[in-house]
Order: sequence, then structure tokens, then C-alpha cells
Amino acid sequence: MSDVRSASLETKPKKAGELNFVHLLLEGRAFFALIVIIAIFSFLSANYFSVPNFLIMTSQVAIFGLLAIGMLLVILSGGIDLSVGSTLALCGVFAGFLMQGIELEALGVILYLPVWAVFILTLCMGALVGILNGVLVAYFKVPAFVATLGTLYVARGVALLMTNGLTFNNLSGDPSFSNTGFEWLGFNRLWGVPISIFVLTAVAVSVHLLLTRTPFGRWLYSTGGNANAAELSGVPVKKVQIWVYVLSGVCAAIAGVVLSSQLTSAGPTAGTTYELTAIAAVVVGGASLMGGRGTVRGTLLGAFVIVFLGAGLVITGVSSYWQTVFTGAVIVLAVMLNSIQYGNKGKSG
Amino acid sequence: MGTDTLDDVPQAKPDVAEVVLAARHVAKSFGAVQALKGVNFDVHRGQVTTLFGENGAGKSTLMKVLSGVHLPTEGELILDGKPVVITSTVAARELGISIIHQELSLAPNMNVRDNIFMGREIMGSFGVDYAEQERQTRALMRDLEEDIDPLTLVEDLRLGQQQIVEIARALSVNSRILIMDEPTSALSATEVEVLFKVIHDLKARGVSIVYISHHLEEALTITDHAVVLRDGIMTAYGPRAEIDLEWIVRNMVGDNFDLGSPPENVLGAPALQLESLCVAMASGAGNAVDHLDLTVSAGEVVCIYGLMGAGRTEMMECVAGRLAPSSGNILLHGQDVSKLTISQRIAAGLVLVPEDRQRDGLVQTMSVGRNLSLASIGNFTKSLFTNTNDEDAIIDRSIKEVTVKAEGPDAPIGSLSGGNQQKVVIGKMLATKPSVILLDEPSRGIDIGAKGEVFRILADRANNGMAVVYTTSEVTECLAIAHRVIVMRRGRIAAEFTQDITKEAIMAASGESLAA
Ligand SMILES: Nc1ncnc2c1ncn2[C@@H]1O[C@H](COP(=O)(O)OP(=O)(O)OP(=O)(O)O)[C@@H](O)[C@H]1O
Ligand SMILES: [Mg+2]
Repeated sequence: MSDVRSASLETKPKKAGELNFVHLLLEGRAFFALIVIIAIFSFLSANYFSVPNFLIMTSQVAIFGLLAIGMLLVILSGGIDLSVGSTLALCGVFAGFLMQGIELEALGVILYLPVWAVFILTLCMGALVGILNGVLVAYFKVPAFVATLGTLYVARGVALLMTNGLTFNNLSGDPSFSNTGFEWLGFNRLWGVPISIFVLTAVAVSVHLLLTRTPFGRWLYSTGGNANAAELSGVPVKKVQIWVYVLSGVCAAIAGVVLSSQLTSAGPTAGTTYELTAIAAVVVGGASLMGGRGTVRGTLLGAFVIVFLGAGLVITGVSSYWQTVFTGAVIVLAVMLNSIQYGNKGKSG
Repeated sequence: MGTDTLDDVPQAKPDVAEVVLAARHVAKSFGAVQALKGVNFDVHRGQVTTLFGENGAGKSTLMKVLSGVHLPTEGELILDGKPVVITSTVAARELGISIIHQELSLAPNMNVRDNIFMGREIMGSFGVDYAEQERQTRALMRDLEEDIDPLTLVEDLRLGQQQIVEIARALSVNSRILIMDEPTSALSATEVEVLFKVIHDLKARGVSIVYISHHLEEALTITDHAVVLRDGIMTAYGPRAEIDLEWIVRNMVGDNFDLGSPPENVLGAPALQLESLCVAMASGAGNAVDHLDLTVSAGEVVCIYGLMGAGRTEMMECVAGRLAPSSGNILLHGQDVSKLTISQRIAAGLVLVPEDRQRDGLVQTMSVGRNLSLASIGNFTKSLFTNTNDEDAIIDRSIKEVTVKAEGPDAPIGSLSGGNQQKVVIGKMLATKPSVILLDEPSRGIDIGAKGEVFRILADRANNGMAVVYTTSEVTECLAIAHRVIVMRRGRIAAEFTQDITKEAIMAASGESLAA
């Protein structure tokens, strides 16, 4: 019997040290993963660690990062938004449609909106999809998974209907209608950095402030942590739920505009399965799918990890089948670490 | 598995018959927190060993060590004279040890039967034998004299009934050591009596019981051995013959205590008025609250006593805005608030401290501080942003006011002992500076010292004009600070006492018998 005790005494100090190290690894896991990924691929391929490649990768990060930040908000509330990929496509197509000019039959004229108006209307479109999701979840008590799965199909279907399955290839506008400049978002650079990165940064900073410094942030974390307790503490839970889907829809719309601007075309099949990548980024970034835990910083890192990993695999010529396997493995690993991190906290009473 | 462990009892060696399970120098730390600092603890065969101690003394932690939830950092467990290492709750169950947890561990989306047999389903020739499980569940409910259908979903049950299910689950295992961590915190006096009858039967069958409760008098009636824990150390031990209430209290909190007396203030204008309020039952049949009229003045303390199902929780949830009234008015300082949302009512000064802290009181993912400030976010928001300094000030004040024992405001809420979690829920609502506060069983799970503190805080606030309405299932708490005691029965007011209040009168009015 004395064995048991002495053994436990011996392991105690070691355990404490281990715990701290493990803790550090857990906290900064996405960051470490990113550094490891960059190091490995820079070693494997000379092209990887180069300014042009980094710029290409970051403009991809912009798309997924935008989707993931919206997704983070929804996941924090305890829900999930499967419709972001479709919303992205719908909004891209909608923007493309507006750029072609709106034919007003009654007046017999074609209305060409300036680009900024197109942007704003497109964001409204994203918000509209979000309201639909939010109302279904908050007021009709449809489980988020089901509600947004439905919107995933509906939005995609509407996008296909709008173009008859075709793609808008002419988004550049016409100087005579003074509606040029759509490519600005996707192509232009400020001090050598793509505009889309600035867009992502602006969104990330605002959402970070929203989460950490405003009452809404508190409401959101408490709604995701325990909606009953939040409601009894005066948190407008239903409003919060609707707002997160609206914000997610708006993020998807921004991503849709940026993507079609990058591609100079807007197709109804854009962004298929992007919702899964966005969820993956949020999870890799340490958020809990049960709601109530997660940060913008983590989510951004998650988006970087996934994009940088994928790009690295492409550059080093790994077959696309293996890419899928690797990405999946990273996600599973992240969720495992999540449960280690949250498993021993908060549950006991 | 586990079902035939009773047969082991007679075979046990006679020389170790006295102490079945013993903890020797058991210590347990959570990071920097030392919850147990070398405790020796004996469980006596066929007897009830009761563990007393303040909130955070380490009672639950010790029980979790005995039942395989936690491994001790130091020390060992001795079962039937032989050292054992219990690595999991399943291992504990196989050794014949089962536990009723302080915080319920039921799956709310499953029915009573499936909860009771979760993890040890009875197998028939075609998969799970549901009929047999249901029959056993009915038998258990009959033993506990409770009218709960085995097929009801647990989330549809009242908190007290859920606790009964938790108890039934532990009983169904037929273990020889049964640990009960505050099994009665949500039970009515009658239900407690039934439970005690069951405990007597178990003792007669040789089952050893460890019992934890903050209802000291109640616990004394079944205690054979009393152990007092304080700050992770065993400070006193005594067989029933040598101890009494005063001994326990002295060893628990050091000096004498009292639950306070009604504040001697002048009552103000009516603060809360309920005018023939009706609330429909969740099941839709009949009224849970039936044409209730009640006026509470500013500065007044009203205690509402009643059995489970008397409609107290429904009444409070309706006043706070969680349930819609089916008819009637709710007036706050003369103004109708029945159309307002919960947050509007909180802003108007009407708050509720809910009964079930895990389900309705705490956000488990947030820290102690964030929980405490959750209901008063508006008070530290300037223009758009929250102000960290103002928030910290509010949190500090709350922690001091309700004396939360925690590592600091950033500690996760789950690391607090049950009673301290309860104090956080109360502190959160007090921080909004309400003018009317409703507390549904505020003393649930808090120790006798803390009870005194909570009542003192409420009495203080009442002295400054706050109207207080609290419910309780313990008659002594009615007599503490209340100016007026109201007894509810089937959704109506059965009796009202303002002076010369006696236990007997209150209990008689509630429909309880005093027979022991
Ligand atoms: N999982 C945990 N992580 C960190 N600290 C913990 C954990 N569980 C318990 N503690 C700490 O250990 C101490 C003892 O807690 P315990 O739950 O055993 O108290 P208790 O005697 O059961 O109190 P109560 O009467 O309030 O239920 C407390 O200070 C508590 O904060
Ligand atoms: Mg406890």
C-alpha cells in the first residue's frame, strides 16, 4: 500500500510541469501548427516561402477567414450555419446580376447602379438570408443544423435560377455608365497588399471588439454557454440568435463579392462546401461546437492553418486525394484537443 | 452487474465488519487549490455516516474520491481491509459503491426509465428488456412513494422529482455503500421522510450510507456517526450519542450563529402586487397558480412556504417574465409589467433568483466574474463599450457582499463548490440593485453560516427598501427574517401568518403531517 502513495508523490512535480507545457501547447496550438506548417513546406519547396505565394495564399485566407468569422459568431451562440457557402454564391451572382444592369420594363430603361450601391444591396441580400435562418432558429425553434441545411439548398437553387446555371463573366461595368471598379476589391493592392486582406482585417477587428468589448459580446457568450441562465439574467437571447445569423450572412456576402471580384466572374456553383472549411477553421481555432467558447484570433489562425496547409500540399505536388485526407486529419486532431482542453473544465460542480 | 452485490455482504470477514470503506490520509488538489489535506474517513457497515461542513470544505470532493470520480493526489482507500485504487465510477459500482451527486447527472432528453438504467441496461433475449426495466422503475417509485411515470421525460419533471429519479437510480444498483451528496436539497418535508424510511430499510439490509446535507436537524435524525470537515481537514468526529446540533454548528462555523430576525423597518408603499394571477400548468391541465392575490410592500420580507408542486416556482417565473400568465395582473410600483420582457423587468427593478442553478442560474462556460456581472452589463457600459474597471468594481463588490470562496474572479464557475455557485447566482441578481427580488429556494445547498449571511444581506437590503420574496422548504427558514409567511397549496394561498408563527401551524396549513 505504501507503493501507491510514494508513486503518486513522485509523479506529482513532473505532472505539474507537464501540465503547464501541455497547457501552453493547447492554448497556442493553432499558432504552433501554423509555424510548423510554414517551416515544413518552406523546407520542402523553395516556391512556398516567397512573397507572391504568400500573397496568393492570404487572398484565399481572406475568403475563408470572412466566412469563418461569421461562422464563429453562430457557433458561439450554440448554433451552426451550413448555408454560408450557398449564400456566398447567391450574393456573388446577385452582384453580377446587378452589374449587368436592371431592366425596368415599365420605364423602358436599363438601370446601371454604381458599384458601391451594388455592394450595399449585395450585403443586404446576405443579411436577408441570415434573417431567414435566424427567425427559423430563434422563433420557430428549428434546429440550426436543419434550418441552415434548408437554406443551403434554397440559396443555391435561387442562385442557379437567377443565371440559369450560367456564370456572369462581365463584371467590369462600362465607363459610359460610370459603374466600373468591381475588380478593385479582388485585384488592387495597397502598399503591395491585396485589398481583400484589408477587408478581412477590418471585419476581424470589428468582430473582435464586438465580442470582447460590447454588451452584445457578453450576450453572445452567455447565450451559447447557457441560454436559460442568460435569458433569466436579462439577455435578449432571441435577438442575439437572429443577429448572429444576420452577421454570418453579411460576412458570406462580403466574401461572395470579394471572390467574384477576384475571379472577375460570378458563378452559381461558387463556394460549394466552403461552409465545411469555415467550420473547420473555427474548430481548429479552438472554439467549442457546443457554444460559448472561441475567439476571433483563434478562428483567423484556424483559417490560416487550413489554407496554408492546403496550398503547401498543392505546391509540393501531393495528390489531391491525400490533401483531403490531411485536412480531415487536422480537423479531427483539433476537435480532440478541444475536448482535452474543455473536458476537465467547468463540468464538475 | 452490481445487482447481486448484496449477496456479498454476509460473506465479508467478521474482523473488518465494522469499517467497510476507509480513506487514509487522502489529499486532493486541483492545481493550486488543496481541496483535501490528508483526511481519514470511515464508513461503518450498516450505518449512516454523516459528513458536515461549510461550503467548499471538501465534502463533495471526498465523496468523489470514494466513488472513483477523482483519484486522490495522496493517500489510499481501504475496502474491506484491503487497499484499493478506484479508477472510475464504473469500477466503483462494481465494488458496490454508488453515489447520488449533488449536481444532478441525469440526461434531460431521456425518460425516467432509461435514465435509471443508463449504462447497465437489462438485456432480454431480444435486446434491452424495456418491460422489465419499466417494472423495476415502477417498483422503485412505489418505494419512494412518488407518482412519476417511468416514461416521462426527465426535462418535464420538477427539480425535486428529478432528484427523486437520481435517488432511485442509485438505489436500483443495490450497492452496499451508498453515498448521498445533498440528496434532499430540492425535496419537500414529506419526500424527505419517505427517503429516511428508505434509508432505514437499507440500513437493516446492511447497506452502509454516507450522507451529506446542510439541513442539519434533518440530517441528525438519521445520523449514526458524524464527521465535520473544515477546509479540507477533518476537525471533529463523534458517534450519535455524543453529539447534538450545537456541537455540529460549533465545529462547522466556529461560533454561534443565527438565521437573523425580521428587520424592524417601516414598510413602504406596495412594491409588487399580484391581482388574481393564474398560470396554466405545463401539461395544460388546470392552473399551477390559481387566482393568486398578493401584495408585497417596499422593505417587506415575505416567505412563501409550500410543498413541491404548490405552484411557488411557477408563480415566481411568471412574475419574472419567464412564463406568461393566463390571466391576472402583475403590478410593479403600481405599473403593469405583465407585458414586459425579462430584461425590461430587470431594468425596472424586478429580478428572480432561479431554483435550479445549473439549468437556469449559471453560464458554465464563463468565469465567476463574468457570471456575477452578467445581469448588470448595462451598469458598466459606456456608449457602446463595456468598461473593464467599472466591471471589476462591480464584481469585487459582489464577491465581497455574498462572500464567494473562489480563487479569483477568473476562476471557472465549475471549480466552485455547490454552495459557492449558489452564492454567485444570488450575487448576480443583487448586483442589479433591484427594488423587488424573488428568490426561489435561495438556501439550496448553502451552509448554515452562508445561510445566515444571505439572510442578513436580504434583511439589510430590505431595511433600505427592497421588497424580498423567498420560498423555502425548511420551516426554520420561514421563521428567520420574514415579516410574513404565506403558505401555498395547489396554486392558492392556504394561509397567511404575520405573528406568533409556529412550525406546526405552517406545516399543517401546507398539508404536511408532522408525524415522524
Ligand atoms: N474541479 C475542480 N477544480 C478546481 N477546484 C475545485 C474543483 N472541485 C472542487 N474544487 C475546490 O475544492 C474545494 C472543495 O470543494 P467541494 O465541492 O468538495 O466542497 P463541498 O464541501 O462539497 O461544498 P458545498 O457544501 O458547497 O457543496 C472548493 O474550494 C472548490 O473550489
Ligand atoms: Mg458539495
